[in-house]
This record gives sequence, C-alpha cells and structure tokens, in this order.
Amino acid sequence: MSERILTCIGCPMGCMLTAVLENGTVTSVSGNTCRRGDDYARKECVAPERTVTGTVRVANGSAPVISVRTASPIPKDKVMEAARVMASTAVSAPISAGDTVIANLAGTGVALIATRGCEAR
Amino acid sequence: MMREVQLAIIGGGPAGLAAAIAARESGVQDIVIIERDRELGGILNQCIHAGFGLHTFGEELTGPEYAARFIAQVRALEIPCLLDTMVLDLSEDRVLTVTSRKEGLQQIKAGAVILAMGCRERPRGALNIPGFRCAGVWSAGTAQRLVNMEGMMPGREVVILGSGDIGLIMARRMTMEGAKVKAVAEVLPYSGGLKRNIVQCLEDFDIPLLLSHTVVDIHGKKRLEGVTLAQVDENRAPIAGTEQYIPCDTLLLSVGLLPENELSSSAGVSLSPITGGPVVGDDLATSIDGVFACGNVLHVHDLVDFVSQEAKQAGESAARYLQQHTQIGQRTELRAVNGVRYTVPQHIDLAHMGEEVTVRMRVGQPYRRAAICVYADGTLLRRLPKLVLAPGEMERVTLRRDQIPAGTKEITFCIEEGETK
Ligand SMILES: Cc1cc2nc3c(=O)[nH]c(=O)nc-3n(C[C@H](O)[C@H](O)[C@H](O)COP(=O)(O)OP(=O)(O)OC[C@H]3O[C@@H](n4cnc5c(N)ncnc54)[C@H](O)[C@@H]3O)c2cc1C
Ligand code: SF4
Repeated sequence: MSERILTCIGCPMGCMLTAVLENGTVTSVSGNTCRRGDDYARKECVAPERTVTGTVRVANGSAPVISVRTASPIPKDKVMEAARVMASTAVSAPISAGDTVIANLAGTGVALIATRGCEAR
Repeated sequence: MMREVQLAIIGGGPAGLAAAIAARESGVQDIVIIERDRELGGILNQCIHAGFGLHTFGEELTGPEYAARFIAQVRALEIPCLLDTMVLDLSEDRVLTVTSRKEGLQQIKAGAVILAMGCRERPRGALNIPGFRCAGVWSAGTAQRLVNMEGMMPGREVVILGSGDIGLIMARRMTMEGAKVKAVAEVLPYSGGLKRNIVQCLEDFDIPLLLSHTVVDIHGKKRLEGVTLAQVDENRAPIAGTEQYIPCDTLLLSVGLLPENELSSSAGVSLSPITGGPVVGDDLATSIDGVFACGNVLHVHDLVDFVSQEAKQAGESAARYLQQHTQIGQRTELRAVNGVRYTVPQHIDLAHMGEEVTVRMRVGQPYRRAAICVYADGTLLRRLPKLVLAPGEMERVTLRRDQIPAGTKEITFCIEEGETK
C-alpha cells in the first residue's frame, strides 16, 4: 500500500488530494471537495495523460516554424520523448492547419497535427 | 478627400474580430478592421499551447486554432481588413490617422470606433532591479514569440521571475525545447497563475516554484551569467541572509500586463487608474461619443472566451449607436469596495440598458469561503457564495434590469468573508 499526494486541477480550489494505491490501483481518495477530484486522482495516479503542443521546423516556408499539437492526449511519461522527436522533425511547405505531421508520435499511436498553416516561400 | 467608414475597429485580435462579426450581424455594412501586424489573430498567434475556447466551443483549442475560427467568419462575412497598418492617432471627433508601407499616411473618418488594441507587458523599469545592461533578460511574452513563431531559443539555463500564466507556460515550453528552467520566483506568497498550469507546467517537470522570492541582483557584463534570489517579507522587502546565487544565461520577466491605451488617452478617453483601460458604461461606450472598447485594452483578461463575449457586446452596442444614436440617461455608478478591486463597466444607464448586464471584476487577494455581495444604495441585491476567489480569476456577476430598483444612484460590489449561508 502506498499514498500519493497531488493537487486537483479541476477548478481554482486546488484541493490537496491523497490517493491510496494498492497493487497499482487506487483504492481511496480523500481531500477532494467534489466528484471531479476523485476522478482526477484515479486517472492521474494510474494513467496520467497530457496534450502536447510545440513547433516543428518548416523547410522553404514563409515562416521558420509551424505550431503543432497531439491529436489527443498521450501518456505523460512520453512527453519528453515526443518533444525530442518534434525538435528533430522538419516539414516542407506548403502545409495547412489540420495536416498530419507525424502519423505515430514516439510510438504512442497518436498523430501530431499542424495547428496553423504555412505557405511556400 | 478623407475616407469615410461607418465603423472602424482598431486591432485584429480576438476582441476586434468578435466585435466586427457582431456588428456585421447586427446590420452594420461598412466596417473596417485595422491591424498593424501582417496577419489577424493578435496575441493568440504566439499562444500555441492548448486551453482556449473551452467555454465557447466546448473543446480545448490552441491559440492559432481559436483565432482561425473567428478569422474564417470575418472572411465569410467579407469584412475588409487593413493589415500592416498602424493607427497613429485618434481624435475626439473620430478621425483616425493611419500609416502603412503600401498606402503611406491616410485619414479615416469613422461613424463609430471600437478600441481593441490589446495589452502589452509591463516594462522591466517597473521591476525595481538596479541598472543592468547585459543581454539575456527578456519579457516572457517576447520570448514566447521568439520560440513559437521565429523558432529561436533565447537561452539554455533559465530563471523566470513572476508566476503568472505566461511565465508558467514559458517554463514548460523552454523545458520541452531542451532548456533547463532552474526556478520560477514569485514575489507574492501565492501564484497568480491557474492551478492547472502550476501542475502541468512546473510540477510535471520538477521545476521549483519559490513563493515570496524575488530577484535582487543580476550578474554578467555582456551576457547574463546569473541572478541572486532572496526571500521577501510581508512588505516585499528582501530578507538579509536568504540570498542564493543561481547561474543562468536567461532571465524571463512575467510581471504583468498593461492595457495598450496611448491612442485612447491622446484622444481624451478617460481611463481608470485601476484597470488602466477606459471607463465604460453598460454598452461598453467610453467617455468619447461613439467610441467603444473591449478585450485586453479595456481590462486584462485571462480567458479568451470572455474577451470574445465582451467584444460581441461592443460590436452590438456600436451597431445600435450607429442606427439610433442612443440617448444618454441617468447614470448609476458601480463601485468596487472591500476586496473588489474594480468593476467593468463602471456605470450603467437603467433607462437604456438591455435586459441584463454582465459586470466583470477582480478581487485584490485570495479568499476561501467568501461571498460577492451587491448592494443598491445600501440594500442587499445579491449575495453570491464562492468557495474560492483569486486575483488571477476574473469574476462575473449578471444583473437583470428588473432586479435593480428604479432611481438607484449607486451599486456597490464587495467581498464578505465568513461561512457561506
Ligand atoms: C502571452 C499571453 C498568453 C495567454 N494565454 C492564454 C490562455 O492560455 N488561455 C486563454 O484563454 N487566454 C490566454 N491569454 C488571454 C487572451 O489570449 C487574451 O486575453 C486575448 O488574446 C486578448 O485579445 P485582444 O484582442 O484584446 O488583444 P490582442 O490579442 O493583443 O490583439 C490586439 C491587436 O491589436 C493590434 N494593435 C494594437 N495597437 C494597434 C494600433 N495602434 N494600430 C493597429 N493595430 C493595433 C495588435 O497588433 C494586436 O493584433 C493570454 C494572453 C497573453 C498576453
Ligand atoms: S476536488 Fe472539486 S472542488 Fe476540489 S479542486 Fe478538484 S474540482 Fe475543484
């Protein structure tokens, strides 16, 4: 049995949550003021996820970089790896907002998509 | 010959875009948006993180995606935009002097004007750090633009002063680009940023948040080499003996935003010393006839959704003004007291206002289990219990006209502490 203390991000209250874990599953949550705190702690302790945003370089574009995001949240422990992949990725212009930049980002099965377009130079 | 236009909107950020759309939808045909940048969207273009539009679209968009939805509407409505065009001057009778590389200097006479110029970052002079000249000190917003739009990194070892949302967002962004963010220092005993950003931008990356700390010295001749941080007491004075030296090549300042009101003040618009923006009525009209304001130029917002809502209202009011030159009636003053720092609007007109008015406000310090109370000439009108109130989160109270007794001279807004009833 172990305990984890975390801050709920559900609203500005920022309740201090204490989750009790047994064999990798959350058995109880305390410190929350509402249901959302309970849900958050269960998800965050077992399978935390984050939407990742950033930029990738554009070859022959009217701008040096375009902004990108993951199509859906990816596991939190993949975030830095995703960042390294993005840093070494370049696309070529023209590209439109919504285009897929990488189909499977860092082995997560989630796509990286452009959030703004860029014309060719 | 002077060019004439029914409605001129200064600024093509989310405020200007939403105002233009609302004005057109309320029947104004002849509109022009004037934007000094080469593209529309304003500050959203550099805010590439997700977290916009949850209220408006029910999904989490990035800044450019949120802007694109409004830009598409402006295009579909065929509202003309003058890009790369800067408004240099606004006169009391609504003549705009604008300049662009293509057209040079020109004057535009407008039937109505909406101010939507946004805000700028507080300059470093406001910081109280002794004179320094070394390179490597940036405002967080400038760094955001460099990294996210120019693809350039200001440095590798970073200290951030100020824990507002822009500072927090940049801590994560620089880390993900391979920099080491050594600390975020905040002079106040609490952070002005959203909880979500503290968890996801700092805790996720083990970046320390030093509350009640400030930068007391900056080291380095040509390039920044390090900063000295110290703890501060209740009066924000550094405590001797708590100094610590942190080597770094970059210091980002995230110490607040100020509405961009040089144009407004030279036109004679009266400004509030608290918000830094124009004093407005329930229709978001400023002290100059036919001039309206919305968005960050009016008061600094943290959520773009509220900017869009406010701007829609400004667009509708300008349309009404152009169509019927509304009469000005008796003014009821809105006053912020006891814990409420300001309200926007600052006055309402009971005879001419719509069915209801949204009053936006901020508190001066954090509260737990308190209530926002509204009094009309001393009689309690509403009491809204709140689990938490924080200076970083704008509060909104909607008042219906039929709730307010006729002839009310003054409505006060205050915070009352103690158990909520
Ligand atoms: C760095 C930063 C990060 C933010 N992060 C978030 C977030 O995560 N989530 C969220 O919901 N909100 C966020 N916000 C808040 C929200 O994005 C802003 O409140 C909103 O963009 C303000 O819109 P605006 O149109 O009033 O101002 P702006 O977007 O600043 O637009 C003003 C426009 O006016 C133009 N302009 C100014 N003066 C002139 C002139 N004289 N002539 C012609 N044009 C002129 C400027 O070029 C600019 O394009 C953030 C704000 C900032 C500053
Ligand atoms: S538990 Fe509920 S009240 Fe507490 S921070 Fe989370 S969402 Fe807010």
